[in-house]
Amino acid sequence: MRRVRQFAWLLLALTVLASLGAGVWAPADYAMQFREVPNSPPSHQHLLGTDELGRDRFSRVLYGTRISLLMAPAAALLSTLLATLVGGVAGYLGGWWARAAMGATDLFLSMPWLFLLLVVRAMMPLNVAPVTSVAVTFLLLGLLGWAGSARVLCAGVRSLHDSDFVLQARASGLHELRLLAIQVLPNLKPVLLAQFWISIPVFIISEANLGILGLGVSEPLPSWGSLLREMESFTSFGFEAWKLAPLVLLVLVVSSFQIILSQEEVYA
Amino acid sequence: MAKIVRHLAAMAAVVLLGGLLSATLVRLAPGFEVDEQQLDARLSSESVQALRQARAGDRNIVRFYLHYLGRAMRGDLGESRTLNRPVRELLSERLPVTVRLAGLGLLAGWLCAVLLAVGATMARRAACDLAATLLGGIFLSMPAAVLALLFVYANAPACLVIALVVFPKVFSYTRNLLARSYESPHLVTAYAKGVGPLRILLWHVLPVTGAQLLAVAGISVSIALGAAIPVEALCGIAGIGQLAWQAALGRDLPLLVNLTVLVTVITLAANWGSEFAGQSFKTSAA
Amino acid sequence: MKRRPLALFLFILLSLAAALGQSGGELKFYVHSDPKTFDPLAVADDASETIRYLTGGVLLRVNRRTQQAEPELATSWTIARDGRSITFNLRQQVYYSDGSPFSAEDVAYTMQRLMDPGLHSPTGDAFRSGSGAVHSHVDSPTRITITFPAPVAGLDKLFDQVAIVSSRSANKERAALGPFYVADYKPDSYVLLKRNPNYWRRDAAGRQLPYLESVRLGIQPNRDIEMMNFRRGEIDLINWLDSEYFDRLALQSPALVHDAGPGLDSEQMWFNQAPNAPIPAYKRQWFRSTNFRRAVSQAVNRADLSRVVYGGHAQPAAGPISPANQFWFNSKLHAPSYDPTGALRLLQQEGFRLQGTSLVDREGHGVEFSIITNAGNKSRERMATMMQQDLGKIGISVHVVTLDFASLLERITESYNYEGALLGMANTDLDPNAQMNLWLSSAENHQWNPKQKSPETAWEAEIDRLMREQAASLDPAKRKACFDRVQEIAVEQQPFIYLVYKNALSAVSATVANASPVVLRPQTYWNIETLSMRLQTASKH
Repeated sequence: MRRVRQFAWLLLALTVLASLGAGVWAPADYAMQFREVPNSPPSHQHLLGTDELGRDRFSRVLYGTRISLLMAPAAALLSTLLATLVGGVAGYLGGWWARAAMGATDLFLSMPWLFLLLVVRAMMPLNVAPVTSVAVTFLLLGLLGWAGSARVLCAGVRSLHDSDFVLQARASGLHELRLLAIQVLPNLKPVLLAQFWISIPVFIISEANLGILGLGVSEPLPSWGSLLREMESFTSFGFEAWKLAPLVLLVLVVSSFQIILSQEEVYA
Repeated sequence: MAKIVRHLAAMAAVVLLGGLLSATLVRLAPGFEVDEQQLDARLSSESVQALRQARAGDRNIVRFYLHYLGRAMRGDLGESRTLNRPVRELLSERLPVTVRLAGLGLLAGWLCAVLLAVGATMARRAACDLAATLLGGIFLSMPAAVLALLFVYANAPACLVIALVVFPKVFSYTRNLLARSYESPHLVTAYAKGVGPLRILLWHVLPVTGAQLLAVAGISVSIALGAAIPVEALCGIAGIGQLAWQAALGRDLPLLVNLTVLVTVITLAANWGSEFAGQSFKTSAA
Repeated sequence: MKRRPLALFLFILLSLAAALGQSGGELKFYVHSDPKTFDPLAVADDASETIRYLTGGVLLRVNRRTQQAEPELATSWTIARDGRSITFNLRQQVYYSDGSPFSAEDVAYTMQRLMDPGLHSPTGDAFRSGSGAVHSHVDSPTRITITFPAPVAGLDKLFDQVAIVSSRSANKERAALGPFYVADYKPDSYVLLKRNPNYWRRDAAGRQLPYLESVRLGIQPNRDIEMMNFRRGEIDLINWLDSEYFDRLALQSPALVHDAGPGLDSEQMWFNQAPNAPIPAYKRQWFRSTNFRRAVSQAVNRADLSRVVYGGHAQPAAGPISPANQFWFNSKLHAPSYDPTGALRLLQQEGFRLQGTSLVDREGHGVEFSIITNAGNKSRERMATMMQQDLGKIGISVHVVTLDFASLLERITESYNYEGALLGMANTDLDPNAQMNLWLSSAENHQWNPKQKSPETAWEAEIDRLMREQAASLDPAKRKACFDRVQEIAVEQQPFIYLVYKNALSAVSATVANASPVVLRPQTYWNIETLSMRLQTASKH
């Protein structure tokens, strides 16, 4: 497992380096349209072929990695922190606080947030820079994606609240906040890590779907999500393996995160 | 008994609040008062005005909501603007479809997730864990739309798409919770003393992680319902997911309020049910 | 002697085969949403329009191939000199699908319902030429005169859209005079139309039409699934095919796809010129400059748009009317050629200049604007992205913003909170009178600057005058001259920057006989009465 973890680190490092050095590695600008060769298969000039506007797909994967690799984990971290705050505090306080917080959480889970996103888009100027639009999108995803995990955290905190080691710590005079931070929350790492790991690809895909509302990455800036959406037309156009490149990369990166973050050495 | 009544009252309050909030969100969203038909160049200005006026009655959201509640008490849930049919009829036709789809999907997703998580944890082999992680990662990274189209292409049941959406999320939580449990000193001792893996799982792991796993079960209902929207929309399945998407695009206020109320009831029932079960679980384990 | 029975036998066999091949069978295709109504007079969506076409009996029908009006339930008609009334002589011995007889009373009833101000029907509104009531005078059971308060341009062809409903039948909406009637409807699943046993039309051999036994309209919003099911043989035609799908299908089964040439539809962009639009004043000034609009138009490579976005299945557009509209197309007009240098010259005339690679105006503002279009329409998204690159070459920075349709509609019709918009025009009517509410400066749909109290520019005033003149005239030549001039002004002033005319693309299974796709809607089943299903074998495409 140690070797696997090392490989995961290497993969992540290479991916980050490749994306940061996209300006060097990319054979073409991500927006450059080679209009004579749209939808072309892989070739010497275009390693992963070109998209429907003749843009080099390999370049777009490289540049798209920057956006997704930076923003999605940040949004995932935000949602995890919010879940910790809401679920952790509610579970710790228990009683009426927990019921109110969890009721609010369930309400949050049921709301059609699509309309809030529409309102946000309506309030934003149309000429907003693509990077700003992406940042706002991932911020919103982070702010909206905490509810499910908060419930699980709340259940976890409540089950730990009356456990022996917590009672002992409390009896020895440890302050409640310190107790929560040092004794309780670290034991909820499995849930926190799961939330973080799940959120990354979910947010990447959601960002692409939010394009329908005018949020997300705007043309010509690429993202993994927008590149993944190319796969939706496979039923009509047949299987073109090179279009799977963003999916393969996403799977590898997400799995690398999972491998690196899970510290448990369960296995020999 | 008093506790149950209190919970039901709280549930009712949350549902009512949810309906009002949802109505407010829809009302505030851009495009509420417009109708696609306005772009038809053949329409006279009087007709265009009439189209605008058709939605004017819903401008005051509080009035709309009170009116809606009054009618709902009598069993009248209003009429869908986009489909021109009574909402009650639409929901009674489509709810069983989604319940079946999401229910089967949840069952299959949980089965795969738990079996894989338990297998990976109990096998105590890096290769198994890695394989399970990669499998989870693949389905987590695949857009639900692509999965749905793949299954339509293969003529496979759509509920499996829901299962594949639910599975990696449930797997992730379950695997991490189980892995953490297996780290506990008393379990290491139990293993060393030769206690069988199944006994360890049933008597020492599940009781500790049960409350959290039940909480995951509760939220997986929301995950399944959320996945139902793109799956139904893409696979052409006439369930409430497809209805929700059409209603959202058409800013169909009566339909959206009813759908929110329905989803809130389901979410509350699932989560509070799992909470109750978690508490009883703790009591009996103690 | 022995040969005669053999010849007779072969003759009978062949006749039988021909007869079998031309009768029975169920045609299957998709509509993309549930029909909103089965009332043929209240039709406003595509699915309902399909059902109306297949079930509705009309007084006259515009032949989708020749674009000429032909008798249907009316054997002949005359329009009065003043253009305010039309008299129809009706076919005798015609019955609805439920057996009730058709007569002039039904026509009168239909017109009364259609012109009800409370109906707000696009079909009815097309007849509204002035204030006042519409009167129907039943001269006899087979003769009726309909009188309008003011002359109606292109009056006769408007009746192509008016399905005559029964005044006597118990189920008025469902009793059909057309080739089919609605037999069954399962929401979200299908609409089943069955052969009208009382349909009046016969073929040259005297056989009652239609040949088909039924038409099954599946309800399927997803075009990928539609394409997949067509290839599997589960449906028999795709009435409107996207260019990408067309090319893919053509690779495998070239005989099944049809490119009928440029259709009536166009794609165009326009700038927001509304005085109360919440955009900076300097941008409003740009958008109101004719040279600015013409420069943008010249900087767009329409040939690339046609080739890359539509795979060559589109044509650079000049003005509002495509060459598919045989009578109304102004053949003197040509699409602006791609000329970035010429575009820059025009901009320089307005005081714009290049500062490095960016264009700035007189006051030093960098020229940048957004173009909104509807999300989910891949062709438009791609066109907008290509225009972004084209305009970038002359220093203009374009932001492409895709919005859900309701949000987009709200911006262009209510708040006017947008700068540029890219949409398409779906022209169902050949007569430009149907575009009255687009060209009149006071109209709601005068997109770039709607609901003007009085025309703000001389050229808009001229367009108003010309449109009113053609609407009041009955002389086709005079009307054509007026509208030709409207098209010329539109090309000179570029309030709409027309981009492409999309070709009418469709796919028809080999099992469908007598199909002959055309450019006018409905492209593939316009001659539904004479379509039939060939004897089917394994039919995966």
